[in-house]
Amino acid sequence: MLVWSRSGRLVIWVIFALIFGVLFLAPLAVILLSSLADQWNGVLPNGLTIEHYGDVARGAAWNAVKASLVTGFAASALALVSGAWAALSLRLQGPALQRLLGLLFFIPSAVPSVSVGLGLLVAFSHPPLLLNGTIAIVMIAHFVLISAFTFGNVSAGLARLSPDFEQVASSLGARPAYRLWHVTLPLLAPYLVAAFGLSFALSMGELGATVMVYPPGWVTLPVSIFSLTDRGDIFAGAALTMILVAATLVLLLGLERITKRATGA
Amino acid sequence: MSAAAFTGPSVVDIDAAKVRGAGSNVHFDKVSVAYGTHVVLHPLTLDIAPGEILAMIGPSGSGKTTALRAVAGFVRPASGRIRIGATDVTDLPPYERGLGMVVQNYALFPHMRVEDNVAFGLRAQGADKALIGERVKDALATVGMATFARRYPRELSGGQQQRVAIARALAVRPRVLLLDEPLSALDAQIRRNMVEEIARLHRSLPGLTILYVTHDQTEALTLADKIAIMRDGRVCSHGPTAELYRRPPNRFTAEFLGRANLLPVTVAEAAGSKGFATATHGDAVLTGAGRGEKAGDKSLLCIRPQHLSLTADNEHTNRIVGTLREVHWQGELTHLVLDVDGTPVRVSATKLPVALPEPGTKVPLFFAPADTSLLPEDAGV
Ligand SMILES: Nc1ncnc2c1ncn2[C@@H]1O[C@H](COP(=O)(O)OP(=O)(O)OP(=O)(O)O)[C@@H](O)[C@H]1O
Ligand SMILES: [Mg+2]
Repeated sequence: MLVWSRSGRLVIWVIFALIFGVLFLAPLAVILLSSLADQWNGVLPNGLTIEHYGDVARGAAWNAVKASLVTGFAASALALVSGAWAALSLRLQGPALQRLLGLLFFIPSAVPSVSVGLGLLVAFSHPPLLLNGTIAIVMIAHFVLISAFTFGNVSAGLARLSPDFEQVASSLGARPAYRLWHVTLPLLAPYLVAAFGLSFALSMGELGATVMVYPPGWVTLPVSIFSLTDRGDIFAGAALTMILVAATLVLLLGLERITKRATGA
Repeated sequence: MSAAAFTGPSVVDIDAAKVRGAGSNVHFDKVSVAYGTHVVLHPLTLDIAPGEILAMIGPSGSGKTTALRAVAGFVRPASGRIRIGATDVTDLPPYERGLGMVVQNYALFPHMRVEDNVAFGLRAQGADKALIGERVKDALATVGMATFARRYPRELSGGQQQRVAIARALAVRPRVLLLDEPLSALDAQIRRNMVEEIARLHRSLPGLTILYVTHDQTEALTLADKIAIMRDGRVCSHGPTAELYRRPPNRFTAEFLGRANLLPVTVAEAAGSKGFATATHGDAVLTGAGRGEKAGDKSLLCIRPQHLSLTADNEHTNRIVGTLREVHWQGELTHLVLDVDGTPVRVSATKLPVALPEPGTKVPLFFAPADTSLLPEDAGV
């Protein structure tokens, strides 16, 4: 902390709490309250109930959770592998090519995700690439949108990795594959985990592209939430949102636990 | 990966090379290195004998690390060949060269315990378990780290990490050990101890050829059998340590190795049968070891700061006079700076007259012909 005086620090904390509270917690709190609201006409709900959770649980909630988790895992795993692979092989190329391809990777994140969805829909609607109405096209959409982040994370990790580790490993007789598996990847582990966590979270919340391409029977959580609120079923939408938040949090925390134990940190 | 698939020097033949006194030599044959068009190593020809410690020293950016990395296989020579023993390794990848390498910041693998770090090379080469266990124990014992086997690198001090890095390199029984400024991250006290330990280590492994890169001349003087002094990508002198120190062949070597004083003189009489020549500086007539100068040649007289005395005796028969400029007391040593006709002359003395002369006064300095040598005015600049 750069501010040393007691009052100075207090001011900083208050500012921090205000920003964090207003921008992050307030919307979440409102959603939480709506998910539990009986009716909401005044400043606060008239009464509390868990009925909405029951409703969504009886409805398509569990299928949505499953679709989201499976999509999130598959797309993130694929993005992790290809992002890490791209970052590792681009390291061997000249810096010019590296920058160009790095830029290409990031284009999908600069385009509205609805457009990405539309693009995929059009591109994959003719044989032999006929993927419309399949689960695969949902995965591809997510993969396209999140791979830039895994690539970026792993590249950043590689850039910070001292070449000494790999060179010492080579000089001791480690062939490239052995070195990759026993030195490079373990040293990159924190970045790989961070990349996976970020892409997973992004995938769990992805709506724009999914709405364009999802097939019947593979309705992800955000799509379900969207259609519920679109129908005016705000409270059920809020309950489903809380389920989405909980599922994502549980998975990310679990991931963190596992890696902490694995790296001994 | 199976041991059979491993085509590089197997654990077994590295072992054979390590039989006492049977290390490999390293030969640079006109090796040059360039980054783009920027030449950082001019054609270098140099031989490191089996079991020899060669210290490569020189100022920052002079190409020491580049030369070492060319041996390790991380820099491709633009021209020339590198041989280790009978093998031309120029086109071999690093993992087939059978070397051990220790770098400045140790680069211990942070996710492995000390014992796994040390075992790394043998495992990578597919050695069998029993051998690995034995070698790891050996290597850790050699560097005095046996009790730390189960620790992680982050739980070790800098000096301990250093030892583990050396153990890791030794465990593969390398033909050649490459050390790139291995002690520069340690503080002065620990560094002195480590220098002594590396010297002891080499006495216990006399066959091990060592290329030791440093910019610390004390490390080089303490450890090395031979020294190569690098400057701007060239070796500007190369020879046995004591000889290079006593008879530096050029100005750069004399000043870099031990900060010698260099007094411009004119040769009066070429060296006779005993090897001593006479030269004049102003009206002082001085005697020192010659190297083939002729009468009338311009030359430089090289005198080490610790060889200059403020008092005369039978041996210190050369005499010059300078004006005292500065006195720096450093406990066990006192450094004086004098001005001898425009040339700054440094003196380090342990014993000094009780009453030190005031700055500004003229002071005579005495030194022995045996501690003095002539070197050419122009060579190596
Ligand atoms: N990857 C590189 N690309 C371009 N130039 C380089 C590269 N590596 C080193 N050089 C240049 O090569 C020259 C020699 O570098 P080198 O690392 O061999 O010096 P050094 O003698 O080890 O110096 P130091 O004592 O500072 O470690 C320097 O001028 C350096 O700038
Ligand atoms: Mg260097």
